Amino acid sequence: MSVRGRLRPRDDTGPWRGAYAPYDLVKELCIAIGVIALLAVLLTVLFSSPDDKPSTIAQWSREMPVNFTAAAAKELAGTSDTAGYGPPYNHNGEGQHAAFLYPQKWLGVSHPINTANDFVIDPLKTVPDNPALASAIAQFQAAPEKTQKAWSEAYAKPLEEYETALEEKKTPAKTVSLNPTTGAVTVQASGAGPVGTMMSGLLALAKSGGLDGSLLTSRQFFQTDYTKPLLFMADGGLLSERAEAQHLLGEQWGMMNETGSYPGQVWLWLYTLWYQVEPFKSSENADILVMLVMGVLSLAFICIPFIPGVRSLPRRVPVYKLIWKEHYRSQQSL
Amino acid sequence: MNPVSVMGAIFNLNHPAHVVEWHFIQLSVANVVAIGLMILVFVLAIVLPFPGAARRRSGASS
Amino acid sequence: MSATETPTSSWTGRVREAAVEALPPEKLLPDKQPTYVASWIYVFGVASIASLVVIIASGCILALKGPAWWHYTGVGHFFNSIHLWAVELFFFVMVVHLWGKYWMAAWRGGRTRVWITGAIIFLVAVPTALTGYVSQQNFDAQWISTQAKDGLNSVGVGAFFNVTNFGQMYSYHVLLLPAAVVALVVAHVLLVRRHGVVPPFELEDRRASGASTTPANAMPSSAVQGSGPGSDGAMS
Repeated sequence: MSVRGRLRPRDDTGPWRGAYAPYDLVKELCIAIGVIALLAVLLTVLFSSPDDKPSTIAQWSREMPVNFTAAAAKELAGTSDTAGYGPPYNHNGEGQHAAFLYPQKWLGVSHPINTANDFVIDPLKTVPDNPALASAIAQFQAAPEKTQKAWSEAYAKPLEEYETALEEKKTPAKTVSLNPTTGAVTVQASGAGPVGTMMSGLLALAKSGGLDGSLLTSRQFFQTDYTKPLLFMADGGLLSERAEAQHLLGEQWGMMNETGSYPGQVWLWLYTLWYQVEPFKSSENADILVMLVMGVLSLAFICIPFIPGVRSLPRRVPVYKLIWKEHYRSQQSL
Repeated sequence: MNPVSVMGAIFNLNHPAHVVEWHFIQLSVANVVAIGLMILVFVLAIVLPFPGAARRRSGASS
Repeated sequence: MSATETPTSSWTGRVREAAVEALPPEKLLPDKQPTYVASWIYVFGVASIASLVVIIASGCILALKGPAWWHYTGVGHFFNSIHLWAVELFFFVMVVHLWGKYWMAAWRGGRTRVWITGAIIFLVAVPTALTGYVSQQNFDAQWISTQAKDGLNSVGVGAFFNVTNFGQMYSYHVLLLPAAVVALVVAHVLLVRRHGVVPPFELEDRRASGASTTPANAMPSSAVQGSGPGSDGAMS
């Protein structure tokens, strides 16, 4: 048999020449709409729906000032996740790949983000009446790129070590301290140039709420694109801390979950399952690998009528005998 | 303000979910209930008799 | 068209004739079904349509007042809740419908396109829901968008579909993807009307004995029957 012949659904289903009975489709639809609407209202009255307030950069900087400063320093140094992400944000990485497939790289940079300029320097330039800050920014921008990088990394290093120590539940070194009265973050870092002044300025701007606005409206007054503030926040720890408390992290099967105790996206069960098993679990290219697997399975789902074995399983497993039991009983009585 | 009174819900589901863990599988209780209900509803749908059997036995109308 | 009329050459006339030939009124809106349509599993298709109606109706109310409304009024939150639970019900009944149709092998008898459109509806409904989740403008939206971006960016889709761009996601959610879902559902339902509901499997013993499947009170009405085998070239 040819390949085409094998793929064609083998089918001896003829047209129905049997009996018909009255069946009111329109009435059925009206009843169905009524029942579903009633169920939706009942579930609403019983459970309502979740609406956890969004986090802001102002909140992040006030509740976790060291974490904020650490993230900001990495944005300036170009070592944050967003800074090294690659397309569609920048060319500082190749992105993920699967064998010879590099779609992330191929589709290019469509939403350019320079983390040092967009998240730190440009917002700082909007701060008025602060000559010390203005001078620090000017000094930073006038320096060669190598010097800028050295300064930022020197400032970021003790902060990264501080955050790592906290994650590992160890006592952090005293190079980073938080003033409980003023809320100021002090970092002992030699060779950091003007970066300390810039980071203090950014922390103050963030706490005032100005950084939220500045990141959102950097291009124009009317804006609906929250990419910059979201990516900046995602580089920090506040969103993931809230997510972990709500069982929304990847390793918590979070893709299927909703905030609170509400049912979530149950239909994403297979998508999230792959992330929990090897080789996906520890792969740097987990996302593209899972997407490819799900792409293939989705195609297979569409093409079930053509897949030998899968298409003949319903004939072999007699669930149909329950569905059509009345029909088979009436046939046997003939 | 009590979130229940704000939203008018009878049951407040705004607390972190309870999770069912089995080997490497972690599912929220709400999702387990949803999946369980789907399976139950499917089984009931194919097992329970559908009304109108007499009408179907008497055959087609003209 | 009477025997004396010449065939129409107008586009309108030809579209009308093709439509009426494919789906004459008694096939488009039949008031009878084969007697084997006798199980509760058959209501899950119409339940899926009903859920979609409730989703769209509640979605229209939310759209009337704009995306921020439901955060600061009880009425708004009420309609948001209806919208969310209708989505949960939609996926619930659609999956039960899918399970039923699989175990009936409902693609038989030239009905492969019915299966294909149905599968695509499910696959399009998933990103439709995703665009809704990232349009909520709350913490859930922040988390889902910053996570989902990685999967989409990894396959290059993120270059033109930015889940952190609220304006874009809201447009997809309120207009583009629901239009796609509705168009697919219309195609799916019209195909079901055209081919009819799939007949039962022949039981092995009756097939072996060559027994007729036609009961004594059969009504061979070509206007309401499903199309014959091979209409999709699917018979081997």
